[in-house]
Amino acid sequence: MKQSAGIMLALLLFGAVGSGWAQEKQDVTVAAALSLKGAFEELALLYEVKHPGERVQFNFAASGVLQRQIEAGAPIDVFASASSREMDELDRQQLLEVASARTFARNRIVLVVPAEGRAALRSMRELRQAAVQRIAIGNPATVPAGRYAEEVLRHANVWDSVRGKLILCENVRQVLDYTARGEVDAGVVFATDAAGVNGIAVAAAAPAASHSPASYQAAMLRGAEHRAAGRAFIDLLLSAEGQAVLKRRGFLAAP
Amino acid sequence: MEPATFFSLRLSLQVATAATVLVLIAGVPAAYVLARRDFRGRDAADVLITLPLVLPPTVTGYLLIVLFGRNGLIGGPLYHWAGWTVMFTWQAAVIASFVVALPLMVKTARAAIEAVDRNLIDASATLGHSEPWTALRVILPLAKRGIVAGAVLAFARALGEFGATLMLAGNIPGRTDTMPLAIYSAATSGDRGRANMLVLLFAGLSALLLYTANRLGRRAV
Repeated sequence: MKQSAGIMLALLLFGAVGSGWAQEKQDVTVAAALSLKGAFEELALLYEVKHPGERVQFNFAASGVLQRQIEAGAPIDVFASASSREMDELDRQQLLEVASARTFARNRIVLVVPAEGRAALRSMRELRQAAVQRIAIGNPATVPAGRYAEEVLRHANVWDSVRGKLILCENVRQVLDYTARGEVDAGVVFATDAAGVNGIAVAAAAPAASHSPASYQAAMLRGAEHRAAGRAFIDLLLSAEGQAVLKRRGFLAAP
Repeated sequence: MEPATFFSLRLSLQVATAATVLVLIAGVPAAYVLARRDFRGRDAADVLITLPLVLPPTVTGYLLIVLFGRNGLIGGPLYHWAGWTVMFTWQAAVIASFVVALPLMVKTARAAIEAVDRNLIDASATLGHSEPWTALRVILPLAKRGIVAGAVLAFARALGEFGATLMLAGNIPGRTDTMPLAIYSAATSGDRGRANMLVLLFAGLSALLLYTANRLGRRAV
């Protein structure tokens, strides 16, 4: 008796999970750079108001990590990357629908320090100081913000002297967390990530010329299941309303 | 072998060995006390030790940062006093491995100690032997098989520790990238060749270690 009740319960659970999956199939799935999280969640609400009954599912991670997931066949409709490199590599493997690709925003790179900072920093060059023992950046191999950070540090001619101090993080959030906790003395992140985070102060902004343009691109995947919805989401990014949301979140307009 | 690969391999063995030694030092007495003593808070202590076994490694890692971070409950005073923090060092990887491997030792050793024949323990007491003498000469030798098995499990778990290590020790090439972290880096950055090579090497090494440990364990007991 007890056993059959257990089996019933298991079947019910499977049923619930199963119908949950079935429902998700109606939704457009967007894999997006983690730095887009706040803005995209707001845009999703906008999308769902405009398209009643439809929902947007997100998968946020470092762009490089998402690229690997897409290469491995993740069921994703739209990919929004924080740099063109991931897009180019996916394009080379013919996984993208090139005609749908759009650049929809840009970002800036800033130097952040713990709000209760030990080292008073005003520029990238000052990272060479002995008082600065640890600097968090995204892992340049997978995190676009980390790649830009490397460019910025090279441009400031400090890369070789700060290399031993670098803590390579899996994504921008980890950089912010280590910085806010004071585990590191400084971090390099996107301006939009640093805005409004408790325990973080922006010490300096990197000159636009010191790194390749941090432009965000979105494209539909070849294997996309929800083409109309995917296209509608990309259109929303470029619409006046979408751009207004991105601007309010600190992103710059695409060139 | 590339120097970077050799470093990761050596670091992994170093971290797992150090963690296992600590697990033996802390785990066997803990298992003994949990098995032989009835005290208030025994269940609570058991839950606390076992928790890292069931918590996601990221939660364990987060809690360890709260404890050992530069501004942490233990790490804060330590940094203030010594100017040193364990964060992002290989010792941090040892702490992470120790915490997740400890429950395996305590569970296994406790079960072995509880299974020791009560009559033998009582006989030792009747012959006038003190409790420490009985513990060292009667109970622990009889529970040796369980303790060795616990140590092997702990070593294997420490060798494969990833999540909490990533958070507490970072993933710093040439400093804290143990084999699991190096494999993760290679896989996420799309370096398939290196990932394959590291995976084969690590799987082979782990299998060899477990096989050796099993044989040694059988012979010793």
